[in-house]
Amino acid sequence: MSEILIKVVINGLLMGGIYALISLGLTLIFGVVRIVNFAHGEFLMLSMYASYWLFQLWGIDPYVSVLIIAPLFFVFGMIVQRGIFQPILNAPEVSKIFAAIGLVMVLQNLALLFWKGDYRAIKTISSGLLIGPEGFMIGLPRFIAFLAAVSIMLGLYFFIKNTYTGKAIRATGQDQGAALLMGINTKRIFLIAFGIGSSCVGIAGCLLMPIYSVFPTVGAYFVLVAFVIVVLGGLGSMLGAFIGGLIIGLVEALSGYFISSTYKEAIYFIIFWFLLIYKPTGLFGSVSQE
Amino acid sequence: MLEVKGIGVFYGEVQVLWEISLKVGEGEIVSIVGSNAAGKTTTLNTISGILRPTSGEIFFEGIRLDRETPDRIVERGLVQIPEGRRLFPEMTVLENLEIGTYPQRARGKRDQTLKKILDLFPILSDRKKQLASSLSGGQQQMLAIGRGLMAQPRLLMLDEPSLGLAPLIVKKTFEIIKDIRSQGTTILLVEQNVMHSLQIADRGYVLENGRIVLENTGKALLEDKNLKKAYLGN
Repeated sequence: MSEILIKVVINGLLMGGIYALISLGLTLIFGVVRIVNFAHGEFLMLSMYASYWLFQLWGIDPYVSVLIIAPLFFVFGMIVQRGIFQPILNAPEVSKIFAAIGLVMVLQNLALLFWKGDYRAIKTISSGLLIGPEGFMIGLPRFIAFLAAVSIMLGLYFFIKNTYTGKAIRATGQDQGAALLMGINTKRIFLIAFGIGSSCVGIAGCLLMPIYSVFPTVGAYFVLVAFVIVVLGGLGSMLGAFIGGLIIGLVEALSGYFISSTYKEAIYFIIFWFLLIYKPTGLFGSVSQE
Repeated sequence: MLEVKGIGVFYGEVQVLWEISLKVGEGEIVSIVGSNAAGKTTTLNTISGILRPTSGEIFFEGIRLDRETPDRIVERGLVQIPEGRRLFPEMTVLENLEIGTYPQRARGKRDQTLKKILDLFPILSDRKKQLASSLSGGQQQMLAIGRGLMAQPRLLMLDEPSLGLAPLIVKKTFEIIKDIRSQGTTILLVEQNVMHSLQIADRGYVLENGRIVLENTGKALLEDKNLKKAYLGN
């Protein structure tokens, strides 16, 4: 394997880590609250802007702003769930889809109104720095983003596996009615799950800011990738989101290298298409074609 | 202990329960029997707070329940084991039991209760690490009962615990229910298996088309001519 190819693979996996974190939020919200949050990408956009402005106005490095944005987005997610989705919990699926799409429109247009359509990027201390052995140098921000994303996912996995609240989140995702009968306040669990899912995407926004520019529709691209990953990994599966993220990161990097990066979306969607035909439950999915 | 006073319940526009009144005294086994769609599960779900009655009242130890949320009701010690087990399929046997102690009042004694339940159902102890979905029907019912007991119920409601089980396991299930009562938990049992459930019941209610049509001691109901004709086939 040539040096370049190795670098391509590493970069793909690193990007896959961030994709995984974004997808984890989406899959958690879907798996527990049963809401397909189309506005997930707009949450990412908002957190990128938040991180951008914190840097521009007060010089707070995006890696530091994670500490502010993570809790902020937890609360933001809870407010969205409480204010928008909880009132239509028992409404038909279509209403939930339209509520989510409505949220997309509102958030995108608010961003356009306040911050115009310009691409905005920042130059932090870590931008442009490289690490690694001679010949295999990789960008430091990508490396940090990957490490942070993986640690957050591990932490979340531990939380879901071992705490009462974590188990209640899983139980609610598996059988909401039975969870109610076990004394679990499922509405509260929905709020928490929505909060955690939003927090994940909020953190991902901060981690992306040193390597990517922000603009009002930046979320649309990432959310498409996230949907492919979530379906690939299996709807509602956290492990699936992680593995799926890495796979898509890799596919993206390799298709950019061998074919052309302009076709990378086409390549995901060919994968997506085959997946829907041959394995609609995804790699680790148990939620069948609901 | 539990007193249901004239509740009426609707599914949307359709009334499914009319004027249901029943009592369960401390330490009793009370059975509600009746055919499919008579309203048995609806009655239990209304007591559990999943459904709201449009009329009538429910009291548990003198406290009004029919305006409370399901989690608050469980916290008071009124626990339902739902029809069809409803285990968490992607969780292990142990995790299913642990989630049973979710109510605050049950958490403190978690390890103690767990030991008691694993002694009661040794088969669960052998399969602790397995996924709940990998168990046989009978084992799943044991797990469902174990999970309910982990919540330290004062009154345990069981919805069709014998449904879909082999005759030998059915017998065992009813024996376990008797055991649970003898250890101090009051039982409200809903069953289509009229014979078995009235045999172990102190008192019984017969539900038909959303109304209570008969109530008596378990023994007297077993002797009842109309009931025999309708449910026992002789």
